[in-house]
Amino acid sequence: MTANDWTVDDQRSTSPMLAIRQLRKVYESSDRTVEAIRDVTFSLRKGELVCIVGPSGAGKTTLLRCIAGLLEPTSGEVVLAGKPVSGPSPGMAVVFQEYGRSLFPWMRVRQNVELPLKEKGKPPNERRRLVEESLEAVGLKDAGDAYPWQLSGGMQQRVAIARAIAYEPKVLLMDEPFASVDAQTRSELEDLVRSIWARLSATIVFVTHDIDEAVYLGDRVVTLSASPTTVMKDVAIDLGTERNQLETRASPRFGQLRGQIYGLIKNAKQQGRGPGSGM
Amino acid sequence: MKSRLARALTVFLLPGALFVLWFAISDSSGNFFFPPLRKILSAFADVWLDAGSASDIVPSLLRLAAGFSASLVFALTVGILLGSSKVARDYTEPVFEFFRAIPPTVMIPVLLVISGIGDVSKIVVISFGCLWPMLLNTVEGVRSADPVLNDTCRVYGIGGLRRLLVFTLPAASPQIVTGMRTGLSIAIVLMVISEMFASRNGIGFTIIQFQRTFAIPEMWSGILLLGLIGVALSLLMRVVELSVLYWYEGARARS
Repeated sequence: MTANDWTVDDQRSTSPMLAIRQLRKVYESSDRTVEAIRDVTFSLRKGELVCIVGPSGAGKTTLLRCIAGLLEPTSGEVVLAGKPVSGPSPGMAVVFQEYGRSLFPWMRVRQNVELPLKEKGKPPNERRRLVEESLEAVGLKDAGDAYPWQLSGGMQQRVAIARAIAYEPKVLLMDEPFASVDAQTRSELEDLVRSIWARLSATIVFVTHDIDEAVYLGDRVVTLSASPTTVMKDVAIDLGTERNQLETRASPRFGQLRGQIYGLIKNAKQQGRGPGSGM
Repeated sequence: MKSRLARALTVFLLPGALFVLWFAISDSSGNFFFPPLRKILSAFADVWLDAGSASDIVPSLLRLAAGFSASLVFALTVGILLGSSKVARDYTEPVFEFFRAIPPTVMIPVLLVISGIGDVSKIVVISFGCLWPMLLNTVEGVRSADPVLNDTCRVYGIGGLRRLLVFTLPAASPQIVTGMRTGLSIAIVLMVISEMFASRNGIGFTIIQFQRTFAIPEMWSGILLLGLIGVALSLLMRVVELSVLYWYEGARARS
């Protein structure tokens, strides 16, 4: 799998790969109306790794679901490579937080990774190649014949990531994928995401509640307010392309960026507790 | 790790011991209604190992198979439809609760009047009785499929027949198999009872004939046969279970 395999449709690097414009989501039930997302606008160019952080209850998962087409927004639009998103699209893949529950336990790892490709109508040797390459990319070359429940949590999440990249989406969405794994595994998986991103020139939206993780991973960090959610600030991360867990995290610039975002979130939380907010 | 021999020994030890005990205790029995096991066993050989016995065992098992399969097909189709639609469930649940509460044996006299003593009425009774556990379990199995897996199917565009085969059915299969086990027990009971009321052949019919003509050892041999058939069917069910639920134990142990 080379960088070229990742969509060559959008040759113009100036127009965004993914654009979210004035996204708004209101939940209406018989007794109350909740404005989860008020106005979220941001976009990604091809090959960017953008992280989304926000205080708890900021509707990060709601936002990701709207982007993925799993949830219909009340107003506003999501545009993928120039086409509006109205439902789950073959151009997007999602890695969920609950890795154990997103893999089919009655199928082996290889079959799990292959299944979406069957749906896409890929011929058998093409499928085999994509499965082998993506399993190798996540470091699970020899785990193809195992069942998901025979693997550790970290390995299961790698399978979910392999499945997503084998799908060759234009944009990869990750919804707090490492929130449920232990800290050491989390570091390994963070580096895995960066290596995949570099190797495939992937376009990634990474939602997390962990500010350190967002700064470590992202080219930019979109910081959300508390509910009703808006974008507070879009912070550019100038830590360079070569990053590692020890040096990058210890660098002064990392500390500054982290502090900046931490401050934003803290303000957001306090504002969120005031009157007139959605929750 | 027990060897095969040791495992076989543990399976057969208690039944074997009880059998020997029964044989020994009943051997000197003078009671007309509880004959010695010796006599029951020779009656068993005379009645059921005879070529003519096929004319009674086979129709019984065929009716059982017909009733059970008809219910299973219905339970799976309707169960999947209902499990996938809350609206449909809301409308149909009260009706099902009503029908499910009717003891199936009560339907026998009704069906006698409607469709006579032929095979149809017996198959209908068996179907009616074993339908409810299978249907309700299927509905529950489909309804409670993991929402994260459902989202996964949506994200990757897995729909239609493929979704049914790789997601809906396997996800519901533990519940469906539980329903099948219960349904099978009920079906066997109804197979026998329906033949005792109104029939021209069958195991239940034969047992009742023996009872009416006071052929007591023969009657007991029929009961022994039913026990053996029950065990055989249970083993068959187990084979089905193991092939369908090979993944379940491992996945559950994990979570």
